[in-house]
Amino acid sequence: MERISLGRAKNRVDDLQAGYRATRRREAWRAFLLVVPLLVFLAATFIYPIGKLLLLSVRSDEVADAIPRTAAALADWVGPPTLPSPQTFDLLAADLRRASDQGAVAVAGRRLNNYEAGFRTLLLKTARQLPATSDRPYSEVLPEIDKRWGEPETWRLLKRAASRDTPDFLLRAIDREMTSDGSVVPVQRSQSVYLDAFARTFSISACVTLISLVLGYPVAYLLATLPARQSNLLMIFVIVPFWTSLLVRTTAWYVLLQPNGVVNSLLIKLGLTGAPVALMFNRTGVLIGMTHVLLPFMILSNYAVMRGVSPLYQRAAVSLGAHPVVAFVRVYVPQTLPGIGAGTFLVFVLALGYYITPALLGGASDEMISQLIALQMDQQLNWGLAGALSVYLVLFTLAAYFAFNRFVGIDRLRLG
Amino acid sequence: MHAEATTVLSERIARRGVRLISAVVLGFLIAPMLIAIPLSFNASTYFSYPMTGFSLEWYGTILSSPDWRRAILNSFIIGAGATAIATALGTLAAIGISRPAFPFRSLIVPLLISPMIIPIVIVAVSLYLVFAPLGLINTHLGVILAHAALGTPFVVITVAAKLMAFDRNLSRAAAGLGASPWTSFRRVMLPQILPAVATGSVFAFATSFDEVVVILFIGGTEQRTIPRQMWAGIRDQINPTILAMAGLLTVFAVILFLFMDVLRRRNSADA
Repeated sequence: MERISLGRAKNRVDDLQAGYRATRRREAWRAFLLVVPLLVFLAATFIYPIGKLLLLSVRSDEVADAIPRTAAALADWVGPPTLPSPQTFDLLAADLRRASDQGAVAVAGRRLNNYEAGFRTLLLKTARQLPATSDRPYSEVLPEIDKRWGEPETWRLLKRAASRDTPDFLLRAIDREMTSDGSVVPVQRSQSVYLDAFARTFSISACVTLISLVLGYPVAYLLATLPARQSNLLMIFVIVPFWTSLLVRTTAWYVLLQPNGVVNSLLIKLGLTGAPVALMFNRTGVLIGMTHVLLPFMILSNYAVMRGVSPLYQRAAVSLGAHPVVAFVRVYVPQTLPGIGAGTFLVFVLALGYYITPALLGGASDEMISQLIALQMDQQLNWGLAGALSVYLVLFTLAAYFAFNRFVGIDRLRLG
Repeated sequence: MHAEATTVLSERIARRGVRLISAVVLGFLIAPMLIAIPLSFNASTYFSYPMTGFSLEWYGTILSSPDWRRAILNSFIIGAGATAIATALGTLAAIGISRPAFPFRSLIVPLLISPMIIPIVIVAVSLYLVFAPLGLINTHLGVILAHAALGTPFVVITVAAKLMAFDRNLSRAAAGLGASPWTSFRRVMLPQILPAVATGSVFAFATSFDEVVVILFIGGTEQRTIPRQMWAGIRDQINPTILAMAGLLTVFAVILFLFMDVLRRRNSADA
């Protein structure tokens, strides 16, 4: 009798548990379904496009598409110092003849120019001067059209470019290239630009972050400790610039910082300088413009945390004999670390991707990585390199994000 | 006694220091608006004081120029479209992620706020890559979709933050009294989160209204918005008309600020 009811009770508990789990699953599904429309939208307009760009950094289809049979033959060629087999020459002639009608040679040539200037011209010239038929082997004809076809190095570059998967863009984006024996070496000093640009992007972002913290922390402190009425009034000075268009603020600085602008005439009137100082189209202009745009983020992040910090602990420390400065540094500041973390992260990450302000207020030597990405895509049409530079920039951004999430927690990110 | 005196003194110096730095910093923040914008009323084309005379000429130029009028119209059309999409999708998603049962939170939340963090140039170049074959380049629709994506994190964050404070017992009570989930949402939850939804949508609108890099890449002449037109002007030859536009936008920013302040008060009053 007892055993039976126990068994029944156990069954009931199992049923309840199963029912509870099913309910939980259903609730999880319902919650998830609400997010699906946004996920689908972002997948189409954000995640897929960015994934596609980043993948371009390891893809190189132009040459393989234009001269497919040559590409296949070159894959088996061991490389310099020997030349490819005579059949490869024949295949290139056939491929070029077929492709020249489709304009694909020009596209392939542009890709080859990434490796060596003049390659595009070589390819187009060869395609143009190729005889309709020839009774001699093309291993003799092609070097007569251009002697570079007789050099193994030309074929090595063609083979590299014809490979569909390539590490070359990712290497080039950090000023490295692969030599004929497969080792990775730095590119010539004159061509090495990207590592410097990354370093510059970092140092500008770090400078702006540091300046914003040093300037913003006291302001946030004052706003958080003043009576509400005064604090709300002063807050206008932070929020109105925050809501004002980036272009407006950059325009305003563009006007103020000109050689005969307001700031310079003030400096001259005060006798601080005799002649106008260069305040724009250089690092000074970039730092002023970027700090002005990003400082409100730092102030607001710190303010949000400081408002919740009780002054009692600091007072207790002082009444127990701590010097006020010591009490501030050892008791107050640690309580505001989440605010410092949130502000530092926001300002640094936003600064990493800056484009407009350095483009308008900076000079040629202040180019940030965003500008170089735009340049590769806009003028050089080098999608692979644009993708490779983006890969590194995204990696740095994600690293900053995970560091922030680990030490501060993304929940700390609040707006307004 | 002596130690206490230095303590008081150093405290006073520190307080003065904080005030002095704050005054300088707040001055720095507001200076561009207070000093540069008035020059848009200058009768001459020089960007320096003293002004040669008061003139509304540059503001008149904006209103009579077809380029600027189209830019203003475009800014509002694109902003409205992007805000509508971002608000609808973002609010729905915020309701989802703020439910306790929401799965894969640590994976999906970073994904949803990533448009805020990924450098804008990368977004612009990627969109060009994908939109070009689809014929979405140089169309209003393309720009609206792009701006909507950029605006969603702001809606998600503000609405989700408000929903964290939402008392779920209210929804349970509504369900217990026989309300359908939709009625419960419309009559119980929505009125509570409405100020947050409005705040998020203002953020989304401001994001679109201020955006220029994406438009540079995927927009054409017909999609030029105010910031895009200003960018072209500064690049070409800066003139007082651009400063006048900056003046109008500053007024607009103040209106947004006042609107947000009202929302903030309602938001905290309801909480």
